[in-house]
Amino acid sequence: MTRGLVATAAAVVFALAMTAAPFVLSTYWVDVLDSVGIYALLALSLNLILGEAGLYDMGHAAFFAVGAYTTAILTTRLGVPLLLTLPAAALAAGLFAALVALPVLRLRGDYLLIVTVGVGEIVRIALVNDVGSLTGGANGIFGIPRPFLFGLKLRTPEQLFPLIWGAVALTILVFHRLSASRFGRQLRAVREDEVAAEGSGVNTARARLTVFVLGSAWAGMAGTLFAAKMTVVSPESFGFWESVLVFTMVLLGGAGSIPGVLLGAFLVAGLPELFRGLASARMLVFGLALMVMMVVRPGGLWPRRARGAS
Amino acid sequence: MEELLQQVTNGLAIGGVYALVALGYTMVYGVLRLINFAHGELFTLGAYLGFTFLTSAALGPRLGTGWGLLLLALLVAGLVAVSGALLERAAYRPLREAPRLSAVVSALGASIFLQNALMLGWGARFQVYPDEALPTSAVTLGGTRVPVVRLAVILVSLALMAALWLFVNRTKLGTAIRAVALDRDAARLCGIDVDQVVRAVFLVGPALGGVAGLMVGLTYGQIGFTMGWSYGMKAFTAAILGGIGNVPGAMLGGFLLGLAESLGSAYVSSAWKDAIAFVVLIVVLLVRPTGILGERVAEKA
Repeated sequence: MTRGLVATAAAVVFALAMTAAPFVLSTYWVDVLDSVGIYALLALSLNLILGEAGLYDMGHAAFFAVGAYTTAILTTRLGVPLLLTLPAAALAAGLFAALVALPVLRLRGDYLLIVTVGVGEIVRIALVNDVGSLTGGANGIFGIPRPFLFGLKLRTPEQLFPLIWGAVALTILVFHRLSASRFGRQLRAVREDEVAAEGSGVNTARARLTVFVLGSAWAGMAGTLFAAKMTVVSPESFGFWESVLVFTMVLLGGAGSIPGVLLGAFLVAGLPELFRGLASARMLVFGLALMVMMVVRPGGLWPRRARGAS
Repeated sequence: MEELLQQVTNGLAIGGVYALVALGYTMVYGVLRLINFAHGELFTLGAYLGFTFLTSAALGPRLGTGWGLLLLALLVAGLVAVSGALLERAAYRPLREAPRLSAVVSALGASIFLQNALMLGWGARFQVYPDEALPTSAVTLGGTRVPVVRLAVILVSLALMAALWLFVNRTKLGTAIRAVALDRDAARLCGIDVDQVVRAVFLVGPALGGVAGLMVGLTYGQIGFTMGWSYGMKAFTAAILGGIGNVPGAMLGGFLLGLAESLGSAYVSSAWKDAIAFVVLIVVLLVRPTGILGERVAEKA
């Protein structure tokens, strides 16, 4: 009861603060928040796969890349308006996820983890090698046009802010409902005990495939927004490091907990900014902070609510 | 034919390096079910320590040749082993009973921490081993000149693997390690000191990894602070390929990957060199989901 009140109050304060943010913060910090928003989308979508269903996916950047490149190619070559490429980005990333899932999703735990790392590396190397002469090689694709929303061209960080954080708000809403649904319960059953889930009539293979494709398609749409924000996509934005960052966001905040994952996105994407004063030692401090936070709170900073406690 | 022999010896040498690093991953995984992401940085530490000793005015001239190199290898192995044990104490022991994924994040944090410590300690630039320390002689094998250092790397890695095999299979501590890998709780009930076993694994694995780092420095001359990630990832891939937790599997996986990478980049495509390891992994896991020599590993969340 109290915990529910605290969570609601925190949500209201957070929503108000985010609404005020673009009006009170400097352009630099609004830009940082835009980046955090895109990471939050990635972390929330990985949370479905890793947190809810317990599938160790450390290659999320691959699907992010497929979405971003789909948008980049469609807008620069065919002149499709940027926001209209969202479904195509989702479709491309989702189809690619299904293709990857067929051979690898039956692998368990750490085998899946290393294979998804491998898929991420294969995608990055394919982009560098300019597969099909579509991806522009190591330089990537330049000059992605800015998105239009209600006839307004979104150019500055302040203008992009409502688009990105609107998408985050929508994602929170949809995933919150999803988590409370029958499908959400199936996923948690798969995570806790696959044999028991199968025995209770859950089609575990289908649940795993569905959540993997859905989470990856969502990462693809985050890729569209990334392309809109950067106007440039290149392979270096989608390396192993990005997958690691998103992976730590989910676990640092608390796997399976939406407020936890948001907090994780703020900390992992934001902390290195705050540590900027430490110059070249900032990643050292960041690594140390990750270790200390996991030792102090192994379940994450804002863990998923235990069963029954509401 | 000549080119083939070059590629095969090259592949075996790099495969020996992968295998030595893979042994550290697979032993830690065997006893703790943990991917020690920081293992790659311990490998890099070995390369940098070797560099420091060889370039130091007092020690360099004595360590560069013959028995000196052996002493250097022992020195590096010892220092990296101690670092490994300290890492275990600081980053992993507090999380022994925590959810598995928390230890994974702690391992990633340790990896980032060590990588940046290496950068701050030795600088962000590539470092180059001193010329006089690099063996330049070559032997003629089947009409082809093969660098001695390459053959030495293959032989040393084989010798270390043989020693490790004897240690794991013929000594009391080795038996204890295997017992803990099979079932930690049952091993503890039999009176095995699990902490001692874990410490032993975090001494032996990093020692082998540190020597592998030194060998990379001696073979290629150039080392950088981020090299632990690519070597580490491929070595871990090798461990999985052979069947994680399985010591002979890690050796086999390492040599297989080394050969596949060397032959693949020579005869298929050099631009895709870094993807070959992962393609091989996916293909093998399609046929054998637990790796070449792997048995089913019991897995608990």
